[in-house]
Amino acid sequence: MASSVETVPALKVHDLHKRFGEVEVLKGVNLDAHVGDVISMLGASGSGKSTFLRCINLLETPDSGSISVQGETIEMTVDRAGSPVPTDMDQVIRLRARLGMVFQSFNLWQHMTVLENVTEALVHVLKMSKTEAHERGCETLDKVGMLDRKDYYPAHISGGQQQRAAIARALAMEPDVMLFDEPTSALDPELVGEVLKVMRTLADEGRTMIVVTHEIGFARDVSNKVIFLHEGAIETQGPPAEMFDNPASPRFRQFLANALH
Amino acid sequence: MALPVYATPAQRLWHYIYLVICTLVLFFLVMPLVAVIPISFSVSPFLQFTPEMLRLDPDAFSLRWYRIMIGDCSDPGITTVCSDNWKIGAKNSLFIGVIATLLATTLGIFAALGLSRPIMPFRKLIMAVMISPLIVPLIITASGMFFFFAKFNLVSTFTGLILAHTVLGLPFVVITVTATLVGFDTNLTKAAASLGGGPIRNFFKVQMPLILPGVISGALFAFITSFDEVVIVLFIGGPEQITLPRQMWSGIRQEISPTILSVATILVILSICLLTTVELLRRRSERLRGIRPT
Repeated sequence: MASSVETVPALKVHDLHKRFGEVEVLKGVNLDAHVGDVISMLGASGSGKSTFLRCINLLETPDSGSISVQGETIEMTVDRAGSPVPTDMDQVIRLRARLGMVFQSFNLWQHMTVLENVTEALVHVLKMSKTEAHERGCETLDKVGMLDRKDYYPAHISGGQQQRAAIARALAMEPDVMLFDEPTSALDPELVGEVLKVMRTLADEGRTMIVVTHEIGFARDVSNKVIFLHEGAIETQGPPAEMFDNPASPRFRQFLANALH
Repeated sequence: MALPVYATPAQRLWHYIYLVICTLVLFFLVMPLVAVIPISFSVSPFLQFTPEMLRLDPDAFSLRWYRIMIGDCSDPGITTVCSDNWKIGAKNSLFIGVIATLLATTLGIFAALGLSRPIMPFRKLIMAVMISPLIVPLIITASGMFFFFAKFNLVSTFTGLILAHTVLGLPFVVITVTATLVGFDTNLTKAAASLGGGPIRNFFKVQMPLILPGVISGALFAFITSFDEVVIVLFIGGPEQITLPRQMWSGIRQEISPTILSVATILVILSICLLTTVELLRRRSERLRGIRPT
């Protein structure tokens, strides 16, 4: 993979902290994603991995730490109450458009068809013309195998199809980094495969991806780096071969034993 | 609801009593409305079923009260007052109702959005104040408004009436929209934000269409409240502000004329049409999109 120290990382997260009331969910998490990296984040529920992902595009506001997309750092300040807020909301909105996010519960807009879900942001955020957006939308839906369902409303298609449509919605924006927040956790077991297959295709295309997942197989086979979070801190990380064949951390060994039993 | 085969005699008995009670309730709810309709077609100037009407004699029926309603005073047999007041009243009621509904709906949506955010201080208190027009007796609200509006020269003006009706309609919008927002999945606006949408566009493109059923039923209630409101009009309205309910009120007080029943008949038919349309639209959107009603 094309990860060298000299290039600007597609996404750099430094010393991220986040607390909800008394509970410190993230205790200083670092992450460097270079172009083409596929990073899997594993961890028990409550380890802070989903919160970490939501902090990256500021759907949750981190308490401290810094986030840079292609070298551009999100400027943060504190408001009058002393809580951290982004200095320039326009910057956040601009950067969010470059970080495609796929949610656990798909979050397709129910009042729009699959195609409308995909083209909405193309027209209104990327300011494409209707025809351009339609073309790009169909192309992307074709890639995830959903072109024949483009005129369906989300309520009328299966969970796997909804998630593939949601991937297309994020993908159509041609983001620098794709963030996947447990994309298969809400799916019936027989539907997981079709979504993982799409994600594998994206990884093979060399897209930069950060995947929060419980799919050990995906983490092992597709990603080039695995991060294991435990109670809001990185317990261990490394290339999958090393991590899975010879787990250094007893906690990670325990986690794997529970996940694979 | 059918009775299962294994029902005990007591359950059977209760089932039939239950059906009788339901029928009686519906009968007493609907009959007063239905009774009005034939009398509105009567020739007689009194509010009653004449023996001729009961014999279905064609001469006992006429459209004369409908003609008076639209301001056609050419009928020589008419002894009651005939004027354009019904037409003026309908126009004013519609005008006041529509503007007050638009205002109440817009303000109500904003209020509901603010009140559904956990960080909003004094939510319960503000909610209670906004709902108060529903709880405080109307006559108190009306007299309070009369003295208050007098200070601002709003008595006997359309502006004053519209503002007063907005206040009355607001609780309905706030309640229905708040209820809809409880069921709203905020992840959907987060998804919009994650794609780089600004907060205002996300609201209009994602949140608004999904809470629309709540908004529409709130708006409908607000409109109906304004449309048949009489107490506040009596207090605040001047001679210019003849509304339909006010005209009915003075009609019933000064001379009992079947014209009122003609108007009532038209209103019943309009209400049925309005509710049917809304229900059909709701079902259509549900069928099309599979959206569950909230």
